[in-house]
Amino acid sequence: MTAALRFDPIRLPEKCEQLRKEVRAFLAEEIAAGTFDPHKPNREDIDAPEFSRRVGAKGWLGMTWPKKYGGQERSFLERYVVTEEMRVANAPTRRFFVADRQSGPVLLKYAPEHIKMDILPRICRGEICFAIGMSEPNSGSDLFAAKTRATKTDGGYLINGTKIWTSSAHIADYMIAIFRTSPPTKENRRHGLTQFLVKMKQPGIQVNPIGQITGQYEFNEVVFTDFFVPDDHVLGEVDGAWKQATSELAYERSGPERFLETYYVLTELVRAVGPNPDTRSAEGIGRLVAQLHTMRRMSVSVAGMLEAGKEPVVEASIVKDIGTVWEQQLPHRVRDLAAFVEETATNRETLERQLDFAIKTAPKLTIQGGTTEVLRGIIARGLGLR
Amino acid sequence: MAESDNIIVETAEKIFADLADPQTINNDRKDSWQAPLWQALSESGLTLSWVPDDLGGSGASLADGFALLNAAGRFAVAVPLAETMLAGWLLTQAKITSPEGEMTVLPASPRDRITLDANGALSGRARGVPFAKAAKHFAVLAHGKDGASIALVDAAKARIEAGLNVGYDHSDTVTLDKVQPVAIKPAPKGFDQTNLMLMGGVARSLQIAGALESMLDISVRYSNERVAFEKKISKFQAVQHNLARLAGESAAALAAATSAADAIANAKSFDDEVYLEAASAKIRCAEAAEKGGAIAHQVHGAIGFTMEHILHRYSLRALAWRDDFGSESHWAVELGKLVASRGADELWPLVASR
Ligand SMILES: Cc1cc2nc3c(=O)[nH]c(=O)nc-3n(C[C@H](O)[C@H](O)[C@H](O)COP(=O)(O)OP(=O)(O)OC[C@H]3O[C@@H](n4cnc5c(N)ncnc54)[C@H](O)[C@@H]3O)c2cc1C
Repeated sequence: MTAALRFDPIRLPEKCEQLRKEVRAFLAEEIAAGTFDPHKPNREDIDAPEFSRRVGAKGWLGMTWPKKYGGQERSFLERYVVTEEMRVANAPTRRFFVADRQSGPVLLKYAPEHIKMDILPRICRGEICFAIGMSEPNSGSDLFAAKTRATKTDGGYLINGTKIWTSSAHIADYMIAIFRTSPPTKENRRHGLTQFLVKMKQPGIQVNPIGQITGQYEFNEVVFTDFFVPDDHVLGEVDGAWKQATSELAYERSGPERFLETYYVLTELVRAVGPNPDTRSAEGIGRLVAQLHTMRRMSVSVAGMLEAGKEPVVEASIVKDIGTVWEQQLPHRVRDLAAFVEETATNRETLERQLDFAIKTAPKLTIQGGTTEVLRGIIARGLGLR
Repeated sequence: MAESDNIIVETAEKIFADLADPQTINNDRKDSWQAPLWQALSESGLTLSWVPDDLGGSGASLADGFALLNAAGRFAVAVPLAETMLAGWLLTQAKITSPEGEMTVLPASPRDRITLDANGALSGRARGVPFAKAAKHFAVLAHGKDGASIALVDAAKARIEAGLNVGYDHSDTVTLDKVQPVAIKPAPKGFDQTNLMLMGGVARSLQIAGALESMLDISVRYSNERVAFEKKISKFQAVQHNLARLAGESAAALAAATSAADAIANAKSFDDEVYLEAASAKIRCAEAAEKGGAIAHQVHGAIGFTMEHILHRYSLRALAWRDDFGSESHWAVELGKLVASRGADELWPLVASR
């Protein structure tokens, strides 16, 4: 049984390292041109449409998808390298990341051909932004309590209800959402939800921004009032979204974005401490690097499993659990270690500004994309306990 | 957990299952299981896995030897298998033929040093040497005027003060006072005590990971048997979440240890990347031993705190193995210094180099 929890030591092939160099060179150019500041995670320029297009032009969006949809038919491991380099550089990926990671793969699997031909190439070119409409005011962890209704009408469905915490809905061109098409059955309370492609910026959708404790506006309330969705925008099986939702999870949960969100404070600590650290700083940094390295090796290993066509749901949950708990603790550990950094350290101000922001960010990390408790439930199921 | 596709691991697992079943061993207060187990392991060539045929061993690959140590960890094997393998590996670096019988390596801590004088005699003290008391020979890394040497030493020539580690295994202090070695040769160029410590640390990491795999196994099993408040305790969410965390620690330990083993097995030299892998493995596995072991005990309640129960065979050994070949504090300081000396902008390139 524990055999299922082996994380084989996958090594990234040479072509990944070549690609890594290209991505680094590209990001260095963008930084030099002033597109974004890698030392400023709390910037205002978080939505960078022109940057998205340039990433698309490089062929780094939809990398694993078929060429006929604008993809490159490259491997998950290559995509992995692009993601981690973007993340570590603090690049403004907000506009394209959800589509690349999640929405595109859902469309590839469940959308009708003409929609794939229309939308996927635009994702690959970095032209469009996606949001995910799962959560509702009384349905977060318990997805199957979702109530927003899709009522059958001529040629499509009418949507009424509210989604909430919808990241990027204010800039999104499309949303992939789950709506209730029938009540749950006695035998299966997961029954009755359907996945839809929603075109945003239409009458009948109202997007209300919600401020976050970091001072940023990244998620929203989205209110639907008699909003029409045509029949060909149904994704997959009517009433069967629950079957579709779980296979998405491994993609969402194991990537480098799940332990690198507050990574920048570690680099800055190393800079502040300088080349001759005292024992306390050296030990603190050493432990954090060992933990980071281990998680990354696990995450790369899961990317290898995905590449091999497996569905490593439990392994991905483990990576997200350990990874998000780590990235949540990281700013606090760095704060501990920075207590004795010399007043004269040249990057002291940057470090303090980053810590301020990372500490405010930290609480969300173990909530977004499935809470720690829910993940541990999934792991427990994998262990045969439920 | 015996689904290995590796003949060496299969052979070892069969021997462990027959002769080193943790429950049987635990009931045997006289340690009468040790001799037959050792005999079976050495007869099948496993104790000298890392020694080529022409130097007296069975010539297994580094990778297979590491997998064997992981299996030994899953059985919490308490005979000097890892130590003899390491000693054979060290002697092989200098092309010294390995003798038969139990061996261990000196020093076993990065702080101790053995010196070689102008007369070719060895002196120095090594603490925390695992199984020194049981060893017939020591493989010694010594430092002299002309650099590092590797020596084979007759254990009878040394003074040994017996000690026990936290896991009740021998962890002894060995003093060499102008001891003439049986054989001595210069270490290969660039080979130093850090290499020996990294190699020993990875061996221990695999053992710790194995012990954690078993702790997870027996904890899950126990939670499905033990009933409290009219339910199996595995049905309580708090218990499930504890076991999920134990699974995470076990998986992290195994991932770190196997990754480091893979790095050493495929590296041409002990470069910075191997250093990152090996040091990280020892640090992360030691942390997992602490966190994971605590959970395994929590799940077992009082029964796991008894000598009769097998849990302590895994949990205390995993904790004890943290101390050999450099503790996690030692490696964390060293790794932190390495990272700091390379500078902030080289941190990610270092991590991403693996
Ligand atoms: C920054 C951010 C961005 C987000 N972006 C999106 C997005 O783009 N789209 C989207 O759909 N959603 C998004 N979410 C919502 C996120 O998916 C939910 O917040 C999450 O699923 C938890 O739901 P909830 O907030 O309703 O909390 P609740 O479900 O009310 O949970 C509250 C607490 O109770 C615990 N709990 C609940 N049920 C159980 C149980 N069965 N066992 C044990 N503990 C339990 C939870 O773990 C949590 O600790 C985002 C959230 C954040 C913080």
